[in-house]
Amino acid sequence: MSQSVFAPWDDPNEKPLIRFQNVTKRFGEFVAIDDLTLDIYAQEFFALLGPSGCGKTTMMRMLAGFESVTEGKIELAGQDIGPVPPNERAVNMMFQSYALFPHLSVWENIAFGLKRDRKSKAEIEARVDEMLKLVRLEKFARRKPHQISGGQRQRVALARSLAKAPKLLLLDEPLGALDKKLRQDTQFELMDIQETTGTTFVIVTHDQEEAMTVASRVAVMDEGRIIQVATPAAIYEYPNSVYVADFIGDVNIIEAEARPSGEDEYSLNWIEGQAPIKATSQKTFSDGQKVHLAIRPEKIRISTEKPDDADNAMQGKVLDIAYLGNLSTYHVELPTGQIIKAQTANTRRIARRDITWEDPVWISWSATAGVLLEH
Amino acid sequence: MMRRAALIAVPYLWLLVLFLAPFLIVLKISLSDAALAIPPYTPTLKDGIGALISELDFENFVFLTEDDLYWKAYLSSLRIALISTFLTLLVGYPIAYGMAKAPEEWRPTLMMLVILPFWTSFLIRVYSWMGILSNEGLLNQLLTWLGLINEPLTILNTNTAVYIGIVYTYLPFMILPIYAALDRMDSSLNEAAEDLGCSKMQAFWLVTIPLSKNGIIAGSFLVFIPALGEFVIPSLLGGSGTLMIGKVLWEEFFNNRDWPVASAVAVILLLILVIPIVLFQRNQQKQQEAEQ
Amino acid sequence: MRRLSWFNVTSLTLGFAFLYLPMIVLIVYSFNASKLVTVWAGFSTKWYGELFRNEAFLDAAWVTIKVAVISSTFATVLGTMAAYVLVRGGRFLGRTLFSGMIYAPLVMPEVITGLSLLLLFIGIGLDRGVLTIVLAHTTFSMCYVSVVVSSRLVTFDRSLEEAALDLGASPWESFRLVTLPIIAPAVISGWLLAFTLSLDDLVIASFTAGPSATTLPIKIFSAVRLGVSPEINALSTIMILIVTVGVISASLVSKQSAVRAQKDARAAERTA
Repeated sequence: MSQSVFAPWDDPNEKPLIRFQNVTKRFGEFVAIDDLTLDIYAQEFFALLGPSGCGKTTMMRMLAGFESVTEGKIELAGQDIGPVPPNERAVNMMFQSYALFPHLSVWENIAFGLKRDRKSKAEIEARVDEMLKLVRLEKFARRKPHQISGGQRQRVALARSLAKAPKLLLLDEPLGALDKKLRQDTQFELMDIQETTGTTFVIVTHDQEEAMTVASRVAVMDEGRIIQVATPAAIYEYPNSVYVADFIGDVNIIEAEARPSGEDEYSLNWIEGQAPIKATSQKTFSDGQKVHLAIRPEKIRISTEKPDDADNAMQGKVLDIAYLGNLSTYHVELPTGQIIKAQTANTRRIARRDITWEDPVWISWSATAGVLLEH
Repeated sequence: MMRRAALIAVPYLWLLVLFLAPFLIVLKISLSDAALAIPPYTPTLKDGIGALISELDFENFVFLTEDDLYWKAYLSSLRIALISTFLTLLVGYPIAYGMAKAPEEWRPTLMMLVILPFWTSFLIRVYSWMGILSNEGLLNQLLTWLGLINEPLTILNTNTAVYIGIVYTYLPFMILPIYAALDRMDSSLNEAAEDLGCSKMQAFWLVTIPLSKNGIIAGSFLVFIPALGEFVIPSLLGGSGTLMIGKVLWEEFFNNRDWPVASAVAVILLLILVIPIVLFQRNQQKQQEAEQ
Repeated sequence: MRRLSWFNVTSLTLGFAFLYLPMIVLIVYSFNASKLVTVWAGFSTKWYGELFRNEAFLDAAWVTIKVAVISSTFATVLGTMAAYVLVRGGRFLGRTLFSGMIYAPLVMPEVITGLSLLLLFIGIGLDRGVLTIVLAHTTFSMCYVSVVVSSRLVTFDRSLEEAALDLGASPWESFRLVTLPIIAPAVISGWLLAFTLSLDDLVIASFTAGPSATTLPIKIFSAVRLGVSPEINALSTIMILIVTVGVISASLVSKQSAVRAQKDARAAERTA
């Protein structure tokens, strides 16, 4: 995988392609983007992830030039793009609705941007053919947008926005209009195209799975602010806040009080009369500080017998089982009333499963399984 | 940004000069005195601003209230417009209802048949009734032939002919909004009403009519507002006894050459129109909000 | 599909008979040999001959068409601009006044519009003639055009324009190459509406026309004031015929394109 080598954000000598510097955007009273600073590097596949209304689309529209910046500045390749109108930016965008021109054929749609650059006829033809080949639509060149399927339209939109070989391609929920199966195939196609063209992609999405699949780095946003920017793996394994932990995947959150018990080790008092939980953390917490322990359900083991080697183990009762085919999620109720989710892979046939509703069970996890987060 | 300013300025200035300014001139002349001059009123702009303001008065409006010709004309316009709006509704509703109930594949054709007269000349459509309604016209010939009457009925040059003319020419304006309202209506609503024990007739009164209320209101305003200021219909189909304000204004202007009084008549006609126009606007707005 | 009840059949039959019989009578009697319009005296096309020999009518028709073509073209340009300003202009000084001035002429009695324009033309010393009628017609029909075009613009997907800008088109190019072709049907119907309104207008033209220019409706009006005339019947027949052919072919074209769009949609689903 190239990802393990490709990490320009860790290289202090690397110059970012895009710099948001203390950017604020207000619509009247409403603050859409709140003092945001962010660097995006060349050839990255960068995902802006967040719920609707978090400001991710506004960021994209500021990059494209459809919204102005209220305060701060945005640089593209070291140049402030504030005063540059959208039609003069080396940035192209793929719209959520695709925005294909209904009166023009597929070929003319792709050629539209090239013609604006007053390129020669031969040059335009060669480039359009190249793009049609890239998205495998050679046979549909003469069709109008309403004469092709949704998936094909999506590819035309991609080809059109890539035709001008922009420094930066913006993708606004590019797969939102496709059904689930087609979406998964297209995700890989997008990654291939991004790699072959070497274009920097910035994608806006509210689908965390999509962001995790395609992106080299993900920025999780909420209410006009970036909460965390990291690789998908780091976001999942080391979320920096309860918000991120909760937004990406499923998580158990346990409130507790931290007590340092060794180097990077803590014992957590979480409920009166229960044994403290053992946990490790790179971050330091003071004695008695309120913390959240976040543990992914798949990091929790479930068994009928008490495990003897576990750092943390507690008894409970199975309240509910969600059977997903490949996985099962058990909702286990502790005597304290708290419900912990534990997930196991269904390696055995369902008939041979030994845990069922109302069964008393043990759940256990290691000290390194969870992440300690500030309250 | 220059481009945007130009885009706004061109139509804006056009309307200021050719719509708003003429209007202010009417207002100004309605406050002037008639004079045997060209133009036939004083003071004119040439007399200077001071004279312009000091010599303006409400004399013409006082005159309008004193001469009962104008009172009668206003009231009679209102009456004629109201009655013909009601008649148009009576004629138009069954047609709109029939269209909404017609098989789906007929509807575009029926729709086109309703719109077609709208594109043909208004003047010709009014004129077409002159040959039918006159004393020796086709209607009288038909009725005599059927033995229903012995002497021809006088219809042309009466208010009856004006009603017929207004109903005929404005019918599409009534049909279209009612049809639109009925077309949107879910037919299972009537079935539900019948299922709950209504007779067909009750279901019509209790479900269909209330749900097409907005169409009825919109259609009625669309007929009432232009009918109030109508000129062509009363002057071709109406008689000397037909008093309508549009006709009076025309005669004041062209026959009596009394511009100040004609302008005053126009100002009052407009004031009368403001109420239904505002009500109509409000109804449209309410409807739009309801749809959102 | 339920059958139509007898009530609906009757109301539709009577309703459409009411709408169309007067015009049919007019057409039939235009071929009447007798000068007395209400007495049938055999088939003849002589009134059409008379009509085409009547110089005054031909002149008026020429003026009317000239006025209608020029004013509807101006009205379409101005009305489309106004629609753009209304839908896309955002906030600007006097916006309420502007939209008021767009909607007011639609409900203004023609006698008032005509009177006020005449007073303006006299006030500024403009001689009445073709120019003044064109100005008057442009003014009131641009409002109709802007209503038609703005109702289309409201539903126009704005991201299409943004896409054009994004691909390097200037704002003017994006309007000319993307917006205009897509809203063209609305602009064309706006033009047709303006053209018909101008062709049809009697009242405003009567106020704003001078002795040097008379339009067809003014001519017709002064002729029919004196009673029914066979020549006018012939003229009406020609006008009704032109409109009918126009409207029917327009609706056939739009029906055909609707059918084609449906077929395309189905074909697209199959290739997916």
